[in-house]
Amino acid sequence: MSTPYETITTDVLIIGAGGAGLRAAIASQAAGAKTTLVCKSLLGKAHTVMAEGGIACALGNVDKEDSWKAHFADTMRGGGMLNQWRMVELFAKEAPERVLELEQWGAVFDRTPEGYISQRPFGAHSYRRLAHVGDRTGLELIRTLQDHAVRVGVEVYMEYTLTRLVKDGERIAGAFGYRRDDGRYVLFRAKAVILATGGWGKLYQVTSNSWESTGDGCAMAYEAGAELIDMEMVQFHPTGMVWPPGVKGILVTEAVRGEGGLLRNANGERFMEKYDPVKMELSSRDVVARSIYKEVQAGRGSPHGGAWLDVTHRGGDYIRRKLPSMYEQFLKLADIDITKEPMEVAPTIHYAMGGVKTTPETGASTVAGLYAAGEVAGGLHGANRLGGNSLSDLLVFGARAGYYAAEYAQKLTEHPRVDEAQIQDEVRTLEAPLTNPGVGNPYAVMEDLQKAMQEGAGIARTEASLKKGLERVLESQGRASRVRVAGTRAFNPAWNTARDLLFMTRLAEAIVRSALERKESRGGHWRTDFPDRVDGLGKVNIVAFKQPDGKMGIKQVPLAPMPEALTKVLEVAKPPEYREIMAKQGLKQ
Amino acid sequence: MTNAAEAGTQVVRVWRGTPNGGGEREYEVPIQPGMVVLDAVHWIQAHKDGDLACRWNCKAAKCGSCSAEVNGRPRLMCKTRIEEFHGAPIRVHPLKAFPVIKDLVTDVSWNYEVKKQIPPFTPHPDTAGRPFRMAQQDVDRIQEFRKCIECYLCQNVCHVLRDHKRFDQFVGPRFLIRVAELDMHPKDTLDRSTYAKEEAGVGMCNITKCCTEVCPEHIKITDNGIIPVKERVANEHYDPLLWLVRKATGRSRAESKAEKK
Repeated sequence: MSTPYETITTDVLIIGAGGAGLRAAIASQAAGAKTTLVCKSLLGKAHTVMAEGGIACALGNVDKEDSWKAHFADTMRGGGMLNQWRMVELFAKEAPERVLELEQWGAVFDRTPEGYISQRPFGAHSYRRLAHVGDRTGLELIRTLQDHAVRVGVEVYMEYTLTRLVKDGERIAGAFGYRRDDGRYVLFRAKAVILATGGWGKLYQVTSNSWESTGDGCAMAYEAGAELIDMEMVQFHPTGMVWPPGVKGILVTEAVRGEGGLLRNANGERFMEKYDPVKMELSSRDVVARSIYKEVQAGRGSPHGGAWLDVTHRGGDYIRRKLPSMYEQFLKLADIDITKEPMEVAPTIHYAMGGVKTTPETGASTVAGLYAAGEVAGGLHGANRLGGNSLSDLLVFGARAGYYAAEYAQKLTEHPRVDEAQIQDEVRTLEAPLTNPGVGNPYAVMEDLQKAMQEGAGIARTEASLKKGLERVLESQGRASRVRVAGTRAFNPAWNTARDLLFMTRLAEAIVRSALERKESRGGHWRTDFPDRVDGLGKVNIVAFKQPDGKMGIKQVPLAPMPEALTKVLEVAKPPEYREIMAKQGLKQ
Repeated sequence: MTNAAEAGTQVVRVWRGTPNGGGEREYEVPIQPGMVVLDAVHWIQAHKDGDLACRWNCKAAKCGSCSAEVNGRPRLMCKTRIEEFHGAPIRVHPLKAFPVIKDLVTDVSWNYEVKKQIPPFTPHPDTAGRPFRMAQQDVDRIQEFRKCIECYLCQNVCHVLRDHKRFDQFVGPRFLIRVAELDMHPKDTLDRSTYAKEEAGVGMCNITKCCTEVCPEHIKITDNGIIPVKERVANEHYDPLLWLVRKATGRSRAESKAEKK
C-alpha cells in the first residue's frame, strides 16, 4: 500500500528562501527556467534576516584604495588559506556588482556624505568595506530580494519542509517532503535542485541561530551521495549575549566593534593587546572568540563567564543611529542601556564554514543536477569566515547557482524519472515517530545532542573530548530513530523535530569525525592538543562522504595549487591595522 | 531583575485549538531570570505538549514570526518578558484578525497576496547599472518604514481589519507604509495615489493610531506614513486647481512625479 501525495512539477527547485535561495531564484527565473522556491517558514523570516553588520564588497566608496585584491587577500588570510581560492577570487570580484543591483531593486543603504553607499570597518577587513543599514542589514537584504523575486514571478511555497532528495540513477529528480500546516505529503519534480538551506547552528547549546538551522540541506545532500568539505570548521562568534539566561547566545553584532567598541576583562584590561596587538578588537572572529575564552579560563572573566564590550564613548545619539537594534535588544531583554553601560558578551555558535562541496563557477555539487549556495555550501570561507562575507557570499553564489542550474535544467529534454520506492521509503521514515513503540522525546534527544556537541566539539577541542563527543553523537543517532511523538502531522513541532534530528545527528557525526582527522589548529578549529598549524594540513580539505556500505567515510583531499597571479596578490596586500582604521573613523586608540 | 523571578513557576494559559474551535489550556512553567513568553512556549513543547504549534525564528525581535496576543495585547512573544506580569497568570492567544490554523498559528497569507498588488519600486530606466546618489537625510524617512519586520501586529490591531473584516477593500497599516516608502523613495518614478485611493482604501483609516502603538519597531506608522499618503491622495485627487492645470496641459500624475525627480 502506498501513501498518497501531491506532485508539483518545475524546472529548477530551490530549497530555502534566505538570501542565497532568493538570489538563486531571481537568477534562475531570469535565465528562463520555471523556478519554484520552497521554504520552511514564512517568506522573509529566514536566518538572513538576522544578519546585522553589513555586506562586504570592495566598492571603494569610503576608502578609495580598496580593491577586489585586498578583499581576496583578507578573506584568504582570515580563512587560514584553506579557502577554495577560485571561489574567493570570483567572490571578491563580483560582490560590488551584486550589491549595486540591490539598489535598483529598492534596497536603501546608509549613505556617505557624497550620497553613495556608506561602508563601515569590520574584523580583519583592511578597509572600510561593509555596505550596511544601521545594524539591520540582513532585513534590508532579504526584504529587497523577497519583493523582487515575487515581482519577477518566482513561484513560492511557504511552510513546506523537504526531507529527501529523489534521484534517478546518478542524477537528481526532485525532492519530497510535507506541508507544515496539515502534514500532507508533496513531491516536487524538478530537473535541477538548488540547496540554499543555510547552516546547522542548532547542533549546539549556545547559538545565535534560529530553529531552522538544522542542516537539512547539507544532510540530504550527504544522503544523496554529495561530498561535504571542511565540516570541522564551525564559527564561534565572539560576542553573544550571556545574561540573563533567557537570552544566552543571542548575537551582539560585530558592528559594535566596527564602530569602535572595546573589549575588556574583569580587571578592566583591554586584553586584545595581548592576543593581536595589530588588529585588536577587529581581529578575525576565531582569534577574538578564543581570546575571550582564554581570559575566562584564566579567571579574568565577567560575572557570567564572558567579557565586557563597551561602546559608551561613542555617545548616545551615535549609538542609537548606528546600532539601533542592539540598543533596543539590550534595553528590552537585559535591562542594559548600552549608551551608558558595557555589554556582557561571550562566544556563541554562529556559522558553518564547511558544507556541500561545489564547483566554484557553477555551484554544482558532486551529484548531477544538485547545486548548493550560501551557508550550506563549503569552501569560500575556509577555516574561518570574516564578518560581512556571508551576505556577499549569498548574492554572488546564489546568482551563479541560479544561472547554472537553469542552464543545466534547460538542457534536459525530459524530467528525470521518479523512483516510487525512494518516496515510500521516506514516508516510512517520516511516519515512524507517530507509530514507534516507547516514549523517546525528540526534544530530550536534541538537548543531549546539543550538549554533546558543545562539550565535545566546542571552541576548544582535544582528541579525548572529540572521541567522547562521537560516542554521544552516535548514541543520539540511535535514539533519534526511536523517538515517539503525540498528535497528528498537522503543524506538529514535535513531529517536525523528530525528522530534523536525523539530519542533525548525521551532521554532528561529520563535524566530529572531520575534527578528529584535522590534527592541528586552524581558524575556527582549535585543538588544544595540537595548538599550532601544521603546514601539510593547510594544503588539504577534510572531506566527509557516504560509503557504499552506508557508513561515513573521511578523506583528505589536496587543495588545487593557486596560480602565480593570485599568490602575488597575497604578497602585495598587507594585513589591516586597527589603529589606522579607527583613526579614519575619527577615533584615537 | 526581581528576586521573585529567580525561582518559582509561572502560570501560562495557552489557547489550543483548530478552525473548529478550542480553548485555553493551563501550564505551570518553571521560570528563569530574563525569560520571555516564547521561552515558556518552548518549555511547554519540550516537556508537556510537543504538538503545541507556534511560529518563531530568530528569538531576537528581528524576524516578526512569533506574534501573538498576550493578555489581550498584540506582542512579539520573544520580546515579552515574563517578569513584567509580576506572577499574575499569562494568557497567550493567536492573532484575532486572521483565521486560526492551529493553536498560536494563524493564516497570514492574505498579507502576501496584498503585497503583490502594490505597484513596485520603479526607478528611472536611465539609472540602470549606475550607483544611486542620494543624501542620507533624503532616505532617513524611508529607512524608518524599511525597519518593518512584517510581524503584522499592526494589521491585527487595526479595527478596519480586526472588527470590520474589510480585507477586500483595505490593505492595512503595514502596506500603507509600504506605499509611503515607495512614494518617498528619491529614485522612484511611479504615482501610487490612484492605487492608494482605489485599491488600498487609505480613506478608511481614521487615524486612531492603534497600529503605531503596537509596532515593535516603533515606526510612527500613522503620523509619518499613512497621513502623508492621505495628503497625497487629497492633493492629487481632490485639488480643483491641480485638476484644472492637468486638463489644460494634458499631463498625467505620473508624468509630473517623474519630472520632479
